[in-house]
Amino acid sequence: MLLREGEVRIPSGCAISAITDTSGERFSGTDIIESIALMHDRSNGLGGGFAAYGIYPEFKDLYAFHIFYDDNDARVKTEEFLFKHYDIEYFEQIPTRKTKSIEKAPLIWRYFGAVPNSKMKKNDYDDDEYTAKCVIRVNNEIKGAYIFSSGKNMGAFKAVGYPEDVGEYYMLDGYKAHTWTAHGRFPTNTPGWWGGAHPFTLLDWSIVHNGEISSYDANRRFVEQFGYRCNLQTDTEVITYLFDLLVRRQGLKLDMSASILAAPEWTVIDNMPQKEKELYTALRTVYSSCLINGPFSILVGSKHGLLALNDRLKLRSLITAKKGSKIYFASEESAIRIICPEPEEIKAVEGGVPVFIPFAEVKD
Amino acid sequence: MNYTVPEFEVERNINRCISCGACVRQCSYEVHYFDDDGKTVLADESKCVACHRCAAICPTRAIKIKKYDMAYKEHSNWTPVMQKEINLQAATGGVLLSGMSNNKPYPIYWDKILLNASQVTNPSIDPLREPMEIRTFLGRKPEKLEFNENGELKTKLPPQIQLETPIMFSAMSFGSISFNAQKSLAMAAKELGTLFNTGEGGLHPKLEEFKDYAVVQVASGRFGVHKGYLESGRFIEIKIGQGAKPGIGGHLPGEKVTVEVSNARMIPVGSDAISPAPHHDIYSIEDLRQLIWSLKEATQYKKPVAVKIAAVHNCSAIVSGVARAGADIIVMDGFRGGTGAAPTRIRDNVGIPIELALAAVDKRLRDESIRNTVSLVAAGSFRNSADIVKAIALGADAVYVASAPLIAMGCHMCQQCHSGKCNWGIATQRPDLVKRLNPEIMYKRVVNLIDAWNHEIKEMLGGMGLNSIDSLRGNRLMLRGIGLTEKELEILGISHAGE
Ligand code: SF4
Ligand code: SF4
Repeated sequence: MLLREGEVRIPSGCAISAITDTSGERFSGTDIIESIALMHDRSNGLGGGFAAYGIYPEFKDLYAFHIFYDDNDARVKTEEFLFKHYDIEYFEQIPTRKTKSIEKAPLIWRYFGAVPNSKMKKNDYDDDEYTAKCVIRVNNEIKGAYIFSSGKNMGAFKAVGYPEDVGEYYMLDGYKAHTWTAHGRFPTNTPGWWGGAHPFTLLDWSIVHNGEISSYDANRRFVEQFGYRCNLQTDTEVITYLFDLLVRRQGLKLDMSASILAAPEWTVIDNMPQKEKELYTALRTVYSSCLINGPFSILVGSKHGLLALNDRLKLRSLITAKKGSKIYFASEESAIRIICPEPEEIKAVEGGVPVFIPFAEVKD
Repeated sequence: MNYTVPEFEVERNINRCISCGACVRQCSYEVHYFDDDGKTVLADESKCVACHRCAAICPTRAIKIKKYDMAYKEHSNWTPVMQKEINLQAATGGVLLSGMSNNKPYPIYWDKILLNASQVTNPSIDPLREPMEIRTFLGRKPEKLEFNENGELKTKLPPQIQLETPIMFSAMSFGSISFNAQKSLAMAAKELGTLFNTGEGGLHPKLEEFKDYAVVQVASGRFGVHKGYLESGRFIEIKIGQGAKPGIGGHLPGEKVTVEVSNARMIPVGSDAISPAPHHDIYSIEDLRQLIWSLKEATQYKKPVAVKIAAVHNCSAIVSGVARAGADIIVMDGFRGGTGAAPTRIRDNVGIPIELALAAVDKRLRDESIRNTVSLVAAGSFRNSADIVKAIALGADAVYVASAPLIAMGCHMCQQCHSGKCNWGIATQRPDLVKRLNPEIMYKRVVNLIDAWNHEIKEMLGGMGLNSIDSLRGNRLMLRGIGLTEKELEILGISHAGE
């Protein structure tokens, strides 16, 4: 019997793509679908997904939970939990369109809610920590329920299938976001569980990733010391937790965290001016187990902005382009050119050098 | 009457022997001698320890050392060795002494663990073309770093030791080994960017120039310990126990306490240097805590303090306590670790393998969320670079080696270190023997060995798709067991090959 994601570690290759509008202007999902569709051959129909930022302006201060249910029983139990732990303002089944290649869909619902004041008084942690704990609890404890998106004013949409079909299925042409990321997956073996598709998310973090990291177990065993449980055993999951730990819980800057994950080589650090040398030596010494090794290219969305990062040796392709206020990223240049034929600038993201695009004030 | 037969037989090819007398002069055990004719060379093989010095020095390759071929009536319980040991004790009434390390055929888990390599889904990395980092830092780490508004580092890091290889030389005191042997290690450590360890013998004044490459040890005898000594090393190591002889102290026989040894140790010439079994000011973890902090205080918090313990049954709980008591580095020494002298029964029966101890301790510290704050150093027999790669993947930050560099300097594992007659000039203080070991030549051999291992480590890292040792540490997915039981796999925290 094939094991489900989380019961076994499944290596996979992938395609990724992203578009962000630095002016904060929101636009539909049509372009991102077209971009990821071009890289059809980099996926194998066993997983596709999107993350969109700025899609829920009417609920922008509420946590938006996107949930897969295997059956109604799981829904009843989860709703009991959610209504007890949140003031839910609105909930509905996520609208989908019948799409030929998307089969065996679970029940897919979304909920918008706030942390009740009464709850917070009892705890000494903040709303995000409270929500992270709730998400982990539902995913670990309620059989057949899986929260796959839990940020504010953002959402993930994913399924087993080719990414362009997934986009069609969720009708992403009807949503407007200022930032889109997309993922097409080529797992080497998978029983086709929807939760295993990417992006992986936690709170407003969403990560799409192409590559297979060889430092996985070193990274996993490090973050698990801080209370995380890498239940899915995927690279994206552990990378998300590393960012969450460093940025949200330990308060490091996002770019600093990126330089921990793809740290400068010692030969580079040794030649830095004294102060910088001390700083980078400290980062590499204290966070040595956060170094990500092996080929990867990742696009990290969060409330801070969009971050693109390649491994230190540049073992995976990642291209970026700019036109007007829009910035594009994709595994292949053609996936940018198809939606932006004449960019003002186009270049490869350098190995180990983070590219960070902070989000502008969002225009509704 | 002799109740025992010799262990070895010296076979001399008289067609080759030119009666040069080299073996006669070289053998400190006085195996070889001239017959009355002053020409024929004979051997008293009962004294032979198979150190191979004669065979190595003989210009005509006339000498072969063979196993003494004596048939015993078959008995798998009362083996010849058992009988021999009983006869020895019957004759002397003494505790059996041995040198070097546990020589019994216990499982060696390194040989039952296999490494991974990348294929297709992620590429292996070529160390000849890409940077391959093995630089290692030891010392206490804060849980997180903090910065001020300008992005400048606010957290002050506790002292860190930078090593250019994860391999250090473990404690061997001047006394148990010769000055020349220790100097060779000191010179090698300097060239390699790593550290040697003074053991509990103090730091010889002539090795002052290598103090930046020295670990200074504080053991239960407190030999040679003074403020200057503590301040001279890169870090201080409190020795609680040793893998070769957990639970007992050290014994340097008076014959080895020469003028120089007596100066370094600050004890009278010719007196036995006995380190008690426990530190008599440490009867509990609270006491250890006090010693750790007084050593830190004495060195103005500029030196990390390490605590070395022997790997014993409940080492996970002990190490957790030691970490909480303030140790910056914890050294665990497995039961295959070497020694200058140990009671044979203890050497061969006490303690546990470093593989299991390391795996258990690393897991325990992680379960308690404190693994990241301390450095773990594994010791107790690393025979090659693959053993080291496996240890780091199990969770070690660095390893200590001793037997391997001694072999590089000529040691042939004759296990007679306690006799003080080492023919290779290593475990001896006899000036005529010590001068056989030329530090200028031997340090280079040690450097070659570690250089070779560094290359091999990089090669294996690259094969696994890693280009930094940081990503190997604790990365147990890179390991698979072969022929191990469920329980062994569970303790090692690895899957079986094929899984
Ligand atoms: S060293 Fe060799 S050649 Fe010389 S006396 Fe001994 S056995 Fe004979
Ligand atoms: S150091 Fe010398 S005495 Fe000890 S085992 Fe090696 S060769 Fe024999």
